[in-house]
Amino acid sequence: MNTLQKTKLRGTGVNLVLIVLLFAAVLLLSQTLSDNVYRRVLVPIIWQMCIFILLGTSLNLTLGYLGQLTLGHMGFAGIGAYTAALTSLALERAGLFEASEAAPGQLILVILGCCLLGAIFAALLGLLVGIPALRLRGDYLAIVTLGFGLIVENVIANLPFAGGEGLSRGTASSSLYANGLGLSTALQAKYVWLVLLITVLCIAIMCMLINSKYGRAIKAIRDDEIAAAASGVNTTYYKILTFVVSAFFAGLAGGLYATCFSSLTTASFTFTSSSIWNSTFIVVIVVLGGMGSMTGSVLAAVAMYLLNYEIKNGGWVNALPGFIQSLFQFPMLIYALVLLVIIIFRPRGILGTYEFSLDRLLFGKDRPGRKARKGGAGK
Amino acid sequence: MSDTRAVVLKTEHLGISFGGLKAVSDFNMEIHEGELMGLIGPNGAGKTTVFNLLTGVYVPTEGAFYLNGEKLNGKKTHQVVAAGIARTFQNIRLFKAMTVLENVKIAFTKDIHYNMLDSLLRTKKYWKTEQELTERAMEYLRIVHLDGKADQLASSLPYGQQRKLEIARALATDMKLLLLDEPAAGMNPTETAELLECINTIRDTFHVAILLIEHDMSLVMRVCERIQVINFGQTIASGYPAEIASNPEVIEAYLGEEEADEDAEN
Repeated sequence: MNTLQKTKLRGTGVNLVLIVLLFAAVLLLSQTLSDNVYRRVLVPIIWQMCIFILLGTSLNLTLGYLGQLTLGHMGFAGIGAYTAALTSLALERAGLFEASEAAPGQLILVILGCCLLGAIFAALLGLLVGIPALRLRGDYLAIVTLGFGLIVENVIANLPFAGGEGLSRGTASSSLYANGLGLSTALQAKYVWLVLLITVLCIAIMCMLINSKYGRAIKAIRDDEIAAAASGVNTTYYKILTFVVSAFFAGLAGGLYATCFSSLTTASFTFTSSSIWNSTFIVVIVVLGGMGSMTGSVLAAVAMYLLNYEIKNGGWVNALPGFIQSLFQFPMLIYALVLLVIIIFRPRGILGTYEFSLDRLLFGKDRPGRKARKGGAGK
Repeated sequence: MSDTRAVVLKTEHLGISFGGLKAVSDFNMEIHEGELMGLIGPNGAGKTTVFNLLTGVYVPTEGAFYLNGEKLNGKKTHQVVAAGIARTFQNIRLFKAMTVLENVKIAFTKDIHYNMLDSLLRTKKYWKTEQELTERAMEYLRIVHLDGKADQLASSLPYGQQRKLEIARALATDMKLLLLDEPAAGMNPTETAELLECINTIRDTFHVAILLIEHDMSLVMRVCERIQVINFGQTIASGYPAEIASNPEVIEAYLGEEEADEDAEN
């Protein structure tokens, strides 16, 4: 074991403790809260927050670390969601779910498999789109990815087996809800730990990637693409790789989305929409948290989700003057305002490129200037 | 000019046109192992274009260039770097948001053989490679006297040290030919002297060939073994510093025609 490994190993241990504490907190809440509140309020919140965290951190790979503005992130999530839902539907028609109904443990494995398939499919599409798109830079790439998101939305909406007549209404969704994806609240409460675990694992994977030669090359491309190439970095390869990895985790988040809602609608995977499920909102999360900070994306995802939840459900809203309440009918206005304030006062996001590290907090700044590694413990 | 050392870089009638404009044409040059060659010329003469041709930024429209006999025409920049040509830039290009150490480690990227699984599982191979690379990077930083600042952000370094870091990063690519694009630009005399010492150390330690673009004539005359002069994309002179300094064509290119000079004096 070398010195580099030793210093980092302690950090991993500290992060593991943090993760255990996180799970303990959720367990404690499940015991103390009334069953109804836990199942109907807390579990969906945690579930959806995890999806936003995954979407935010995965977009941060391209937007923050690689420095390429992409506006079609939800397009990949949509592909993940519909792939997962359609696979699960096919499996259900094949009678697989009935057979495994007796053993819900197997059921959840099958569903996870569907989500993984969605992620892989999204990654493949990321590769397909990334190869031509990443020849472009800046505004042009933004336009292409924006177009990609819209194409995905429209294609899915017009596919007879997926769109309007498919998963969003009719028999398909109700049978999915009963058996496959679209888990019931009871099952959601049962498996919320799994979603948390997946999220923590994904963040850990992304952090590991960022803190290796891959992350180094990616950040170098962001800082100066010409210099990166002149230092022997195959810029095209690393750009496409980042794009694909980002699409993979977005696809996985999409799969988890499909498990959480009883029906799917393409309006959730578009550029902007009246809900918070849209690409712009994910961009807001990344910019708010800090482009190039995993901690920032996690915190911003949690904060923005809770802000949205409070605006929509909070009792305090009723106490506000009428015109503010009517303003709250259009929550995107509030997020635009939040983003404006951040851009003016902290142009690099709230955290910039800072990464939280409990290890550093506990054992002091032994290496000034060095950004410490943050493992999976972010929430 | 007979030189017994092995030829590292050879260009044959290298040239590039942008539309109708011939930026560089019929550029012939031979650089030997351990040689320090100067490339000079007035502003806009095409010096940096030559560098861009040699590093794969531009694809030559005519001629060819060889590194140790290997033809590198049409290769991408990172492939040219892998073959052994590294460069620095006229306007410093560092990875500003990264540490000094990371800046050098970037140059090892092409040689790192651990794969994605190794980095995800943090295997022994990953730790071993990263540790070795950190040590190797520190050695390069020691050469340019930046080892004490390894953990600082590259953007926090003073100008002269940023130049040196760029050179260290180029060195770390393990090149055979080093292209330095105006390394002394914007430096004060002390910094220039330090840089000179640094260039000499590099040549003596690594026995690499160096091609230097520079406007500081005293520096060029002092360090370069041979000098090639270009103007309007054409080579106008080539030879030892003393020959170049007295070459009427070179003087004309830099100072204008003698007649015009006399007019100005009168």
